[in-house]
Amino acid sequence: MGPTETGSGSSAVAELAEASRSGDRRATARLLSLVERGGPQADEVASATHFHVGGAHVVGVTGAPGSGKSTITNSLTTLLAEAGRRPAVLAVDPSSPLTGGAILGDRVRMNGAAEAGVFIRSMATRGHAGGLALAVPGAVRVLDAAGFDPVIIETVGVGQVEVDVTDAADTTVVVVAPGWGDAVQANKAGLLEVADLFVVNKADRPGADDARRDLDLMLDLSTITGRVGGERPSVTMTTATEGDGIAELAEAVVGHLGRLSDGEELAQRRERRRLAEVRAHLGHLLEGAGEEVLATEASKATNPAESPMMVARRLAAGLLG
Amino acid sequence: MDGSRSTLSGIPLEPVYGEGPFPGEYPYTRGVHADMYRSRLWTMRMFAGFGTATDTNGRFRELLRSGSTGLSTAFDMPTLMGRDSDHPWSLGEVGRAGVAVDSVEDMADLFAEIDLGGVSTSMTINGPAAILLAMYVVVAEQGGVERGRLAGTLQNDILKEYQAQKEYIFPPRPSVRLVTDVIRFTATEMPRWNPVSVSGYHIREAGSTAVQELAFTLANGFAYVEAAVAAGLPVDIFAPRLSFFFNSHVDFFEEIGKFRAARRIWARWLRDRYGATDERSLKLRFHTQTAGVSLTAQQPETNIARVALQALAGVLGGTQSLHTDSHDEALALPSEAAARTALRTQQVIAHETGVTGVADPLGGSAYVEWMTDEVERRAEEVFAHLDEIGGGSILEGVYEGIQSGWFMGEIAESAYRFEREVNAGDRIVVGVNAFTEGNGSTGTDLLRVGQETEDDQLARLTAVRAGRDSDAVATALGRVAAEAADPDLNLMPSLIEAVEARATVGEIVEVLEGVFGTYVETAVV
Amino acid sequence: MVGTGLPIRVVLAKLGLDGHDRGLKVVARMLRDAGMEVVYLGLRQTTGSILNAVEQEDADVVGISMHNAGHLTLGPRIVSALADAGLDVPVVIGGIVPDVDLAELEAAGVAAVLGPGAPVDEVVSTVRAVAGHDGSD
Repeated sequence: MGPTETGSGSSAVAELAEASRSGDRRATARLLSLVERGGPQADEVASATHFHVGGAHVVGVTGAPGSGKSTITNSLTTLLAEAGRRPAVLAVDPSSPLTGGAILGDRVRMNGAAEAGVFIRSMATRGHAGGLALAVPGAVRVLDAAGFDPVIIETVGVGQVEVDVTDAADTTVVVVAPGWGDAVQANKAGLLEVADLFVVNKADRPGADDARRDLDLMLDLSTITGRVGGERPSVTMTTATEGDGIAELAEAVVGHLGRLSDGEELAQRRERRRLAEVRAHLGHLLEGAGEEVLATEASKATNPAESPMMVARRLAAGLLG
Repeated sequence: MDGSRSTLSGIPLEPVYGEGPFPGEYPYTRGVHADMYRSRLWTMRMFAGFGTATDTNGRFRELLRSGSTGLSTAFDMPTLMGRDSDHPWSLGEVGRAGVAVDSVEDMADLFAEIDLGGVSTSMTINGPAAILLAMYVVVAEQGGVERGRLAGTLQNDILKEYQAQKEYIFPPRPSVRLVTDVIRFTATEMPRWNPVSVSGYHIREAGSTAVQELAFTLANGFAYVEAAVAAGLPVDIFAPRLSFFFNSHVDFFEEIGKFRAARRIWARWLRDRYGATDERSLKLRFHTQTAGVSLTAQQPETNIARVALQALAGVLGGTQSLHTDSHDEALALPSEAAARTALRTQQVIAHETGVTGVADPLGGSAYVEWMTDEVERRAEEVFAHLDEIGGGSILEGVYEGIQSGWFMGEIAESAYRFEREVNAGDRIVVGVNAFTEGNGSTGTDLLRVGQETEDDQLARLTAVRAGRDSDAVATALGRVAAEAADPDLNLMPSLIEAVEARATVGEIVEVLEGVFGTYVETAVV
Repeated sequence: MVGTGLPIRVVLAKLGLDGHDRGLKVVARMLRDAGMEVVYLGLRQTTGSILNAVEQEDADVVGISMHNAGHLTLGPRIVSALADAGLDVPVVIGGIVPDVDLAELEAAGVAAVLGPGAPVDEVVSTVRAVAGHDGSD
């Protein structure tokens, strides 16, 4: 099993896409594998799913390790599934930089969601040619085309992964837990800028009120614009293990999409998302083409009169015609 | 002439040699009694349990006949998890790895024809421990033995379940409340009972190092002390009845150092941090079991040698009670013959080797004393960390370490490091990565528990349910729920009432889950 | 080559009630360090939850750890449940399995059995062999 046996023709991909749209979860899973793998088959998947997207609400959930993202995602999607929605989760975890392997452990905390019928897929950050900036939008498109809505992307709140993910989401939820100065960390990590909604999880623990105060203070002092109507992100208190605050969070998430759609904001965000994906593809294509001409160049004799920069300009000119 | 007072050559022996503080003197590094095994051998306590209560009862009586001096009960997985034999999770697990107990009727069968006033009984159970203790009390009193005369130990150590063995049911805080309820109950009504056996055994089996085993276990012990004090009990009322349970692994001197350091640390902390003044509060008494995880499926007879050496380390470390593993345990539940050999191993150490003649025979050895100090120093670093993350409370530090996955991460890292060392050949495991000639087919004479046991047990459970007064059950369960919701009440009386009414383990646990919630772990891989 | 191509995806789970997850965690790390992607389900999974994960994760192999002496009941059950669901994914069982049970498990369709203390090379090569590709693609 696995993508190697899925056939190579575009008709095979088209068949999978068709099956996926009609609710065949195994077909959806196969398409996701093809997207993860990158290359020509991923392009075929993109073509086969592009015209079937239904505008699913894409929600990014991020936060520091141990903040309770998975538990929140579990409770939130379980609640939405029970309310008749068809949520899917894309749980992104880092790969080992040394071996390329990964331990994807998010499902451990998502037994409830799995039982409620939520589609959960774990994805490692490496192993995808072109990186997450390509793989995540591709995977979201597959899930959207299969009729899942909302699509939740869950990631560890660090570095580039996060930026790639917020680029792919309509609504970004940042989870912090009391203690260890998470609110301060969130600020440092630039999460204040990307968050549409904040969650203080583990609200039953000492320090939860302090965390909330810290957050409120930072949000009040911040001068970031560009949110819906310039609104200040809301802060929801949850105890995800007990299910406390999850209904409020669901309301806030759904409400955020509503406010985005009321004006031009949703269209603008999705246009930005589209351009971000185009940029990622473009970068990937240029890099690939660059490697090719570089390989040809390497086989030629060096011209001592030409500086490296001059070589690059010559090659780029050739590439761009 | 008493063999333990002189050598085979007839050289007379003093009870102890070397420098003070001597055994029986603070901080008890050298032992909790002045003459140790001269006056009283350790308890040879063999863990047993499989199939139905009647099956295990037969094994118990056989062990008592062959010279075992205490009983130790292994429950099956459904019982350990607080589920009845007819719960969907229980399918294929009833009576397989221990004895199935659903109701007080099973408990009565388990101890049929055994004088509960005359034996000491250990029960290895944690999540539903309070319920099983209630059953034991009811069975004893129905047989005419008052609860005050009962001697034994309830493992009842829930903290290490979150850290290592993972047989938890409720979240940590309500679970610790159940532990303190048992401590309070036994302190007043069962003076010969050890309400908690603070257990490092499972932490070690899960892959920790000796230092982690020691440090996490003692930290859990401090946590229970803090919890019981917070529940209003003076430390000297309950601390004398806290006991410990350690693993004895293959690194001989490290293990001995660990046992000696354990006594010294406990004595100091109880006196200096928790203000205990009764010297019985300061004396750490412990049960030892040889390391199941060190047993190999390859050439299983080799395990007899491992077990003997590990048992010897436990004895030289001053254990109060000892279980020796059967050599076939890497393959299946111990067979009767293998269990007997394991008991014989203890008897050889006790009666032939002469190591019982002198208390703490290794005391004063430069290496052993250094190892004891070093293990203690490293454990103190762990306590300092927990104290810090707990804001000056070890109990809160332990909760935090559980919630954040710190303990689990530390243990998993140690387990993986060990495996890598074995794989790289840096560590020799005889029969596994060296000396493998003779590795052959195994498992021709193993104890098996079949599907019939499950069917029998289900029939018994159905009969118990049919034969009881269901109104009385409902009333008793209602009282359990109401009293669970009030943390100031002790749940033991209502649990006793419920098991008397023939409420099952699974029914009571379900009611408690309704109040306490169900724990979902923070998995750390 | 690291980080490209198609890593083997392995679902790892414990079937049954016992909490002995040391072996499963060690194996998870071994497979990660061999460049595989391990979807770790953890303790107390059911046949249903494992099937669900194998399907959604498009797994190449499923590894089940058992220490409850129930392998002869639960092993064949998971194999037939996967087959009934049309999931042609090899099952590797890890844990305490006596040699005398191996033939029965093999006959029931279990792809491989790894005993306690199986060395890393054996674990990795077994998973690669049953996965049908070595991950380098």
